[in-house]
Amino acid sequence: MTATDRTETQTHTVRLELVDEPGELLRALKPISENGGNLMSIYHERGNLTPRGHIPVEIDFSCAPHQFETIVDALRGEGVNVIQAGTERYDEELTVLLVGHLVDTDLSDTLQKIEACANASLKDLSLSAPKGTEEASSALLRLAARSGTTEETLSTLRSIADGKDLHVVEPLTEGSR
Amino acid sequence: MTGRLAVIGAGAVGRSVVELAGEYGYSVTAVADSSSAAIDSEGLDAEAVLDRKDETGSVGNETPEAALDAAYDVLIEATPTTLGDAEPGFSHVEAALERDRHAVLANKGPVAERYGDLMDLVDASEGDIRFEATVGGAIPALSTIEDVGATNITAARGVLNGTANFILTRMAAEGLDYEHVLAEAQDLGVAEADPTFDVEGTDAALKCVILANVLGQGDREFTLSDATVEGITNVPGSALELAAESGRTVRLVGEASPGAVRVGPRLIPENGTLAVSGTQNIVQLETEHAGQLNISGRGAGGPETATAVLSDVGRLF
Repeated sequence: MTATDRTETQTHTVRLELVDEPGELLRALKPISENGGNLMSIYHERGNLTPRGHIPVEIDFSCAPHQFETIVDALRGEGVNVIQAGTERYDEELTVLLVGHLVDTDLSDTLQKIEACANASLKDLSLSAPKGTEEASSALLRLAARSGTTEETLSTLRSIADGKDLHVVEPLTEGSR
Repeated sequence: MTGRLAVIGAGAVGRSVVELAGEYGYSVTAVADSSSAAIDSEGLDAEAVLDRKDETGSVGNETPEAALDAAYDVLIEATPTTLGDAEPGFSHVEAALERDRHAVLANKGPVAERYGDLMDLVDASEGDIRFEATVGGAIPALSTIEDVGATNITAARGVLNGTANFILTRMAAEGLDYEHVLAEAQDLGVAEADPTFDVEGTDAALKCVILANVLGQGDREFTLSDATVEGITNVPGSALELAAESGRTVRLVGEASPGAVRVGPRLIPENGTLAVSGTQNIVQLETEHAGQLNISGRGAGGPETATAVLSDVGRLF
């Protein structure tokens, strides 16, 4: 068992910021492949800029757990700015309803709080406020959460909602097949 | 065994038990409502008793207490559910067990609020109790758990309140708001004038508490105060619309595991097993070795609930 544990590959996501110059992306990819990482996807967010005016890039790769730190160290050693280095991808999708006075309680602040502390990223949002801001409105949120953190994400979501007198209609994660 | 029943409580369930008992081969020797009782150790004429109740408002000339002392084999406790000390239902069951008689409950109070006390009484008695009718009306939820074995079941969940389910189903189908559909449900007799018990999730929570008590097998006793409960009053029509756009819907789902009881509106797949419509109920059991078991059916109503009561009577003999 221990032997396989050491070699079992996991998918990792790193977020980098790159200067918009030729060869920059290749410079960032080399430390990954050279240290045993298997590239899975590269998302080059052209048109988006980080606060420092660089281009954010999200890279998914798989490697054995013990190789991950080596790769991040190698990236930093090459002078690449690693913004975020997760050990797991956001690979659990979570759909929740948020109900209440969403607009009056500053929806964008609510969403920022969710992204900041809920260990999740917002993939999609639909808002329905048929009666304007007078009555309760609803939002359906599609969140990507790190695998195994669904419960934690939901509990954070509940406390954010509580603070604004909103209600969360949670998904039934079991038994709804 | 002749099967003599003393029916305490003459609401929809009690009346239906009196009406159907003969068909099941039992005789009714006592019927009590809140102010009177009819007693005949040779067996009452069901129709005559119910006619009298309709005409005069009382079932007979005796006091309700006299019904507890009547000759019977099984006491049917069908008075309205009360919380806290679960009286007077609890005392009715106690009276039966102290006489070494059996009791069948349709009243959720004693099993949800005083499960431990009730089991102590059973231990000290030659009589036994059953309470299939307290969870999911006609659905044989508790007897299925008994058959499968509580230790082989890891959790139970389900849609256990027909009123709340009717309201959510109509809201989703018609794009109407809660208040509007509630008024409609009241007109149809699906919701009571005071719907609090149903729409705030209390009724579903009591059923889940009973499920948890049965699944827990005495290791841990639950009461309503241990349950996390949220009703459907905060779910606007717009929430159901958004849910439908993504192939989902909202149902008031109750969950009972040996460790926790929770009731609240939940997002579930629109065509999933738990998305029963109208006043239908469903109980889903998660088994250790055999996946899920789903039983759906009518969760309320006089004859439906009386069916569960009379099946329980049959199991006692």
